Amino acid sequence: MNKTDALIIGAGPTGLFTAHQLKLIGLNCEVIDNLDKIGGQCIELYPDKPIYDIPAIPECTGEELTKNLINQLKPFDIKFHLNERVDEVKKEGDNWIVKTSYDKIFSTPNVIIAGGVGSFEPRKFSVKECEKFENKSIFYSIRDKKIFEKKIVTIFGGGDSALDWAVELSNNSNVNLVHRRDDFRGAQATVDRVHELVKNGKINLYTKFQISSIKGEDHLESVEIKSEDKELKTLKTDYLLGFFGLIMQLGPIANWGLNIDKKTIEVDTEKFQTNHKGIYAVGDICTYPGKLKLILSGFHEGALAARACFKLARPNEKYRFEFTTSSKTLKDRLGVKSD
Amino acid sequence: MTKIIFITHENQKHTVDVQNGLTVMEGAVQNDVPGIDADCGGGMACATCHIYVNEEWLDKLPLKEDGEEDMLDMAFEPKKNSRLSCQITISDDLDGLTVNIPSKQT
Repeated sequence: MNKTDALIIGAGPTGLFTAHQLKLIGLNCEVIDNLDKIGGQCIELYPDKPIYDIPAIPECTGEELTKNLINQLKPFDIKFHLNERVDEVKKEGDNWIVKTSYDKIFSTPNVIIAGGVGSFEPRKFSVKECEKFENKSIFYSIRDKKIFEKKIVTIFGGGDSALDWAVELSNNSNVNLVHRRDDFRGAQATVDRVHELVKNGKINLYTKFQISSIKGEDHLESVEIKSEDKELKTLKTDYLLGFFGLIMQLGPIANWGLNIDKKTIEVDTEKFQTNHKGIYAVGDICTYPGKLKLILSGFHEGALAARACFKLARPNEKYRFEFTTSSKTLKDRLGVKSD
Repeated sequence: MTKIIFITHENQKHTVDVQNGLTVMEGAVQNDVPGIDADCGGGMACATCHIYVNEEWLDKLPLKEDGEEDMLDMAFEPKKNSRLSCQITISDDLDGLTVNIPSKQT
């Protein structure tokens, strides 16, 4: 059991700055995220896209913003739990007991949900029968590429994941690559490599086609693809791989008894607390009258929620407001010299 | 105000008046038209405000940016007349624009 003053769900910009604020006022915190890296939407959806409305930073990309936020956390010791999804939250005395998908258990008086628009899950094939073969012969990510050796693998998608795997698997497998249009959005070098492999007969390319149906009783036998002009083709295949990017789903948070309005959680604007004492929501996932889904709003919300956490984590102490420019205590925590 | 007509997958018609300058996505969300999720809030980062544009309107719309076509790769059952509704800004020229909402967004 991990005991902490505050548990942050979500390692996007809001979660990161909230961690900074908690540590600055002298509280411990740990951070959980479903993705395998820190940064949330900024890293997953737009690492290269410039952002122009972070105060005092005229222009920076999602990746730069994340790097700077991580840098800002350097003075502090914060434990990150990546690749973990929070599944369960329940009250026990004054604390919340939080359980993750890999059975890690946390006990904390404060849970701060900084979950953006929920957790990222792979987009799946639209054909319903595909569920039957999921994780058997239909995959949305690859853990063990050996299973594809000497087999026929049909890959769907036009981004880097689809192209990288098409190139990689073409070494030892028979690869079909299916994409809905002629253009690919992967890195140019990979796109060129794919076209070369197509020319050499190492990859069978079907563009302007999408999945239409699959066949197979006990095991997958074939996939039928359909063109924009309704032309049908049947491809014999052992495996299907779908790389259509990630979608955001509220996931288990929806079942925690919080007041939810259109996938967002209702909070007050003093503590950013939900309808449960000690559970807060900050950033894109929270809603209140006048809410703006801007990163800067998330920073403000996290700063206030952190102060609210202090009361529950240190019931016998009084929180005192201080500036980093002048407070010796804060400078000590930041590891910088006082004048 | 400009009239926009949304037709859901169940063939339900929602006619809404939207202020010029807003996007088709915002028109749907503000008027509680079901089936437009718009998870990312209009950032062209999620493909959950996917719509099918009525053929006769297709060439009257502003052209797609590269990023929009990239995101449409990830939409649920994209077609030739697929667009992201957050990328269509409403003006007088679009009065009567008719769009179909897919059965799902994800």
